[in-house]
Amino acid sequence: MSLTLVVLIKQVPDITRVRFDVEKGRIDRSSAEAEINPFDLHALEAAVQVKEKLGGTVVAISMGPPSAVIALRDALARGADEAILLEDKKFAGADTLATSYTLAGAIKKLGSFSIIFCGEKTVDGDTGQVGAEVAEFLQIPHMYYVSKIKEVTENKIVVVSEMEDKSYVIECDFPVLVSVTKDVNNPRLPTLREKLRAMKTEVKIWHAEDLANVLNLNKVGYVGSPTVVSKIVVLREKERGGKVFTNMNEGVKVVLEELARRGLV
Amino acid sequence: MISEKKVMIFAEQRKGKIHPISFELLGKGKEIADKLKAELSAVILGYNIKREELTELIYYGADKVYSYDHPVFEYPDVIQYKHNIAKLVQQERPEVFLVGATHFGRSLAPRIAASINTGLTADCTDLQVDENGELIQIRPAFTGNILAYIKTKTRPIMSTVRYKVMQKSKRDLARKGMIVEMKTEIAEIRSPRFIEKEGKKKVDITEAKVVVAGGKGLGSPEGFKLLEELADLLGGVVGASRGAVDKGWIGKEHQVGFSGSTVKPKLYIACGISGAPQHLAGMRDSEIIVAINSDPSAPIHKVADYSIIGDLYQVVPLMIKEIKTTRGEKS
Repeated sequence: MSLTLVVLIKQVPDITRVRFDVEKGRIDRSSAEAEINPFDLHALEAAVQVKEKLGGTVVAISMGPPSAVIALRDALARGADEAILLEDKKFAGADTLATSYTLAGAIKKLGSFSIIFCGEKTVDGDTGQVGAEVAEFLQIPHMYYVSKIKEVTENKIVVVSEMEDKSYVIECDFPVLVSVTKDVNNPRLPTLREKLRAMKTEVKIWHAEDLANVLNLNKVGYVGSPTVVSKIVVLREKERGGKVFTNMNEGVKVVLEELARRGLV
Repeated sequence: MISEKKVMIFAEQRKGKIHPISFELLGKGKEIADKLKAELSAVILGYNIKREELTELIYYGADKVYSYDHPVFEYPDVIQYKHNIAKLVQQERPEVFLVGATHFGRSLAPRIAASINTGLTADCTDLQVDENGELIQIRPAFTGNILAYIKTKTRPIMSTVRYKVMQKSKRDLARKGMIVEMKTEIAEIRSPRFIEKEGKKKVDITEAKVVVAGGKGLGSPEGFKLLEELADLLGGVVGASRGAVDKGWIGKEHQVGFSGSTVKPKLYIACGISGAPQHLAGMRDSEIIVAINSDPSAPIHKVADYSIIGDLYQVVPLMIKEIKTTRGEKS
């Protein structure tokens, strides 16, 4: 049996460079280059490592605008064998529920699979909800906050799942969705040869009509999204206007006095 | 007067002990319920939960507690939790259903939302009822750079709520409420198996009153020993910036910031941390922030209440010495 390993990818703006318009409450997405969500690189690496050990096919799936083809090409260069972009005006403006529903539909169309890997969250939406929602739509179990993959065989995976104060070792038979943290591995950089191979590999585009058999199109995109953003406020860093000491004796004295007043020393 | 409207919260427990976020959810839930003239209930699932724990939920604001007691809830088995909660939510049809944004809550809430096809807003830092009686969910996004105001068209409106942001109600021993024993239904779909009960207990920096954190400015892993000494004196724990963790100087469980933990201690001392936005996102709400850094232009100083410009290897030992001297005089 050959394993099919699905990786969910989102293209996001480089969060360290993107500019925010404080006055208009807008995110200027053109101000920064788009890239694969950094958390997703760890999901992709996890899938590629499983393939290297057990064989199989890594399929990267993304939903996004036509320009997201670039992120999928990057995924191909980093070890994915196939890439599929879900692209349609009908998919635009989706919240996490509609996004997950659409991704789950595409995975159903794909047929059988063993593991779906995704990143813990994205740096733009920052919700961490899509993984578990996809698993629910597909009626498969999921494993969250996976910091280590201990073992993968041809029918099950054993991982370490993190809670705040402890961790659990859990195992699950396929099919399963695994959401990884950044601790799980160190993603590789693509080599030139792989980049060239990726340029020649086709990124499949699936439009809404291609998914009409598996999706109710009233449940995708803006129309299918139960949550609506009514306002965005760009935060300015709250400056505390604190006291600055260049003389450390004085600084330590004042700080300790304040801490004593607050009963902290 | 019996109200038709309902507000429900998920009360998380660990080993039969109610997680404090549940009381925070009840605090916010009560405020929303009062505005909507709604009943406030809590749903709790666990194994061998003591009656006293359940009544705590009433003392903190619940009018009704739905309690499920079954061995399947001993471990955080999302599938079994989801199955029973989704069924209850569909029966009771609350307007609003709140879940704590703990690791478990973040894993559970999306499954409930998807299974009942409702909207879910992640990691809210505020919830307000507007003049039209609509719930506005406020949450940071873009790595803490923006605040989004979100409305939900479907019911229940579901949100996960960040830990240590909402205020608990006052514990009122005179409050009366009803405890409803619920029958657990076992979900048919398979769950992951818990094969090792749990790893060793980790440092939980989110619970600490004092965090003494170090960054790349420490220059070496040994620097954390010095910070640990100060942290011990103050009854606190050691935190770290991503830079220090990436260098392998200290474990990831100490990491503060966007890809680590968010902390809100009474005192945060940042030593040799420049203050990248990703770090500030995890500590900017601390009550008092002290920055010790030799670089006067480091961004950390902007969010600090007290900045000491100087070598941390001189400043921190001086603090330790002064604290010890003061305590020596007293005893």
